[in-house]
Amino acid sequence: MSVEVRVPTILRTLTGGEKVVTANGDTLAAVVSDLDVSYPGMGARLLDDSGLRRFVNIYVNDEDVRFLAGLQTQIADHDSITILPAVAGG
Amino acid sequence: MLTIRADLLAAMVSHARADHPDEACGVIAGPSGSDRPERHIPMLNAARSPTFYEFDSGDLLALYRELDERDEVPVVIYHSHTATEAYPSRTDVALAGEPEAHYVLISTRETGPAEGPFEFRSFRIADGVVTEEPVVVEGDPTH
Repeated sequence: MSVEVRVPTILRTLTGGEKVVTANGDTLAAVVSDLDVSYPGMGARLLDDSGLRRFVNIYVNDEDVRFLAGLQTQIADHDSITILPAVAGG
Repeated sequence: MLTIRADLLAAMVSHARADHPDEACGVIAGPSGSDRPERHIPMLNAARSPTFYEFDSGDLLALYRELDERDEVPVVIYHSHTATEAYPSRTDVALAGEPEAHYVLISTRETGPAEGPFEFRSFRIADGVVTEEPVVVEGDPTH
């Protein structure tokens, strides 16, 4: 499945400044792996040993994947994926 | 340097006072590339905590969609500290995700929800490095 992924400012150093990139995969995990092949280092910015990083939000269409199936969320052609760092602090 | 209108500064301080003792948070949006904060968008602190803030994830997506549609960026990202100084905490530095934003800290520790002295400071936070910057206030707070 080919999908558009919106990349936040802080990760555009990895995409050569591109705001929207294309990736492939049937699940979010596969899309993230594909992104990491095209844009090395992307995987580590999104995932840690326990899965999706706590302060990274990924949305499939309008839904936070934490309310879907997380990294196992199924991706269909023409879905749109948005990555946003949490705005948070202490 | 952060140049900010007095009415926008006053709006952030009022928000911080209204939410005291919890931390208040929000954004001042401005045209992309302008570095001009123009539009106050108070956000809910989903953590509702005196020591932590986080934009609700649904609100965050809606915010960024709206900014994109208007060709705006979060020029200022602000939050309050309610018991400590207006300086980024270790958590603030670790989680700062907008290297081009001005991170504004407001402290209400002195007078809480009441009128009175407050601290208002602005920082750049990028790659784990905090750099304080001067704040220039323009105009009349009543306009």
